[in-house]
Amino acid sequence: MTRSIASLLLGTALAVTSAGAAFAQDKTVKIGALSDQSGLYADLGGPGSTLAAQMAVEDSGLGAKGWKIDIISGDHQNKPDIGTAIARQWFDVDKVDIIVDVPNSGVALAVNNVVKEKNGVYINSGAATSDLTNAQCSPNTVHWTYDTYMLAHTTGQALVKAGGDTWFFLTADYAFGAALERDTTAVVTANGGKVVGGVKHPLNTPDFSSFLLQAQASKAKIIGLANAGGDTTNTIKQAAEFGIGKGGQKLAALLLFLTDVKAIGLETAQGLNFTETFYWDMNDKTRAFSKRFSEKMKNGAMPTMVQAGVYAGVRHYLKALEALGGNPHDGVKVVEKMKSMPTEDDLFGKGEIQPNGRTIHNAYLFEVKKPSESKGPWDFYKLVGTVPGDQAFTPLAESKCALLKK
Amino acid sequence: MQALYAQLLVGLINGSFYALLSLGLAVIFGMLNIINFAHGALYMMGAFVAYFLLNIGGISYWWALLLAPVIVGIFGMILERTMLQWLTGLDHLYGLLLTFGIALIVQGVFQNYFGSSGLPYSIPDQLRGGMNLGFMFLPIYRGWVVIFSLVVCFATWFLIEKTRLGAYLRAATENPTLVRAFGINVPRMITLTYGLGVGLAALAGVLSAPINQVRPLMGADLIIVVFAVVVIGGMGSIMGSIITGFALGVIEGLTKYFYPEASNTVVFVLMVLVLLVKPTGLTGRAA
Repeated sequence: MTRSIASLLLGTALAVTSAGAAFAQDKTVKIGALSDQSGLYADLGGPGSTLAAQMAVEDSGLGAKGWKIDIISGDHQNKPDIGTAIARQWFDVDKVDIIVDVPNSGVALAVNNVVKEKNGVYINSGAATSDLTNAQCSPNTVHWTYDTYMLAHTTGQALVKAGGDTWFFLTADYAFGAALERDTTAVVTANGGKVVGGVKHPLNTPDFSSFLLQAQASKAKIIGLANAGGDTTNTIKQAAEFGIGKGGQKLAALLLFLTDVKAIGLETAQGLNFTETFYWDMNDKTRAFSKRFSEKMKNGAMPTMVQAGVYAGVRHYLKALEALGGNPHDGVKVVEKMKSMPTEDDLFGKGEIQPNGRTIHNAYLFEVKKPSESKGPWDFYKLVGTVPGDQAFTPLAESKCALLKK
Repeated sequence: MQALYAQLLVGLINGSFYALLSLGLAVIFGMLNIINFAHGALYMMGAFVAYFLLNIGGISYWWALLLAPVIVGIFGMILERTMLQWLTGLDHLYGLLLTFGIALIVQGVFQNYFGSSGLPYSIPDQLRGGMNLGFMFLPIYRGWVVIFSLVVCFATWFLIEKTRLGAYLRAATENPTLVRAFGINVPRMITLTYGLGVGLAALAGVLSAPINQVRPLMGADLIIVVFAVVVIGGMGSIMGSIITGFALGVIEGLTKYFYPEASNTVVFVLMVLVLLVKPTGLTGRAA
């Protein structure tokens, strides 16, 4: 009996040492790009996000240093159950280390739990809900690119200050819409404005005329669109048809992506104000990256901020792994390393990851150009203002994240 | 109360799309006995053809209304000749599976090349602007959609129910051998009928292009609702599908007003209720 316990202890000790040795040399990484590959968010994330992850791996130069980095991609179809099923399979069967992108807040929050349970790494770029770094924050999660708090405190605040003090919301009826409406309402009321009404519409609605009529009847100065992707483009297009801009009401596209503007066309989209954290035509570095990206995309599309966030996130993750000297296959440990290093890349510039997992970088207020001002097929935005990261994102003092209460 | 009138009118406008699409489905099912699941994809193709005509050929919306249904109709006839005709006499399920497969392929190809967020198509200049009706602002284009669809629906109904050609058609589906004995080319008639149904779908696509985004999945989003319309109206009944199309548009519009969260499901709830009471649909005949 004593002997068997001794051998067991010895065996464990050996196993631990060999695992330590293996970690120092383990230079294999598996990245899972989980996105909406075919639905209403496929153009803003989807195959472009997988491409962005691939480019990040290539640009990291780790391949030449003997690292073996694989990327697989999956389609969550905007359904939390499908998203979590893929995530579980990736961790259990495919031995994935990190999941990136995951647009759709409903899916993103569900996957957040799986990644925490499996101790993987989660760099979310596509989802908007600020809950990912607040009430539902996790030691395994980094939220890149943008969130509903930021959208509310940039676009929302700018519009209230410009005199838009009464609001009516058109809200996508799931986690994202609810979070965006909640965060924007807080900003509107804090700045002396008032929300006079709202309507919740199902995700992926083709016709918004009924909802627009209700918004028109509310007489609110601002119609806030707490939706995204195809829902936003259809709303904007149909609002123009119902003469909403001409009637004195203003549309606030709280979340608008480059591909949405492309889809609506400048003629209808011109003059819209909104916020993004990345635009391809900001400086030489962003232009160089975007040109390379666009050449590899099947339809020649420029990268959206979501795809840019995937690139930047994966680059930073790989830097952290390199600094660790190998892949420990331990999500919490890697994310801690990521948080300890300042972020810097060609697309978002300098920034940091806060203890709650929120990445901080500049946000930019844009206005859509008139057709006469546009010089090319993707020349859409005019820069209106820059909001420094520490003002755009949730201040740590306000964060409800449990990780901060140590 | 004013808002309610406005919702009724908006419902009628959406109903005209349902009516046009379900009419095409009813024609195809009535004459060919095929449950055409590719209908949504063909509707989408109609919108895309209009987009190409405008942006590549510089051909206006008005010509697209004529040309797109013809072009997509010809595509439909090729489908019928090369694939669907082999299913004559087989169970409905085969037609459903084949057309569903065709829909997936067509949508996949478009999505691969044009992405998912779609392409812009403007309202033609002559139909821009709107009228103040007192209780709502009615975009002229939407009014045009309702009137145009009503005319097309009535014309199709008239063609099938009241003309000699329609009589041949109905006879050919009842007893093809007998009709052939009169020297009428039944297979060609079937092909033309499929082309007509497909053309109706494409026409709805052109009508919808200026209102909705021209997107590869625009048909996939709509087709399930349209099938519910056809089932409620009674499979294969021409008038049933027209009336149900408009009526369901209105009911959906009212739901968007009173309880918007349920607007995507109300049609299916109705379908369940109707089928519980009358399994053949509202105007369908027992098989």
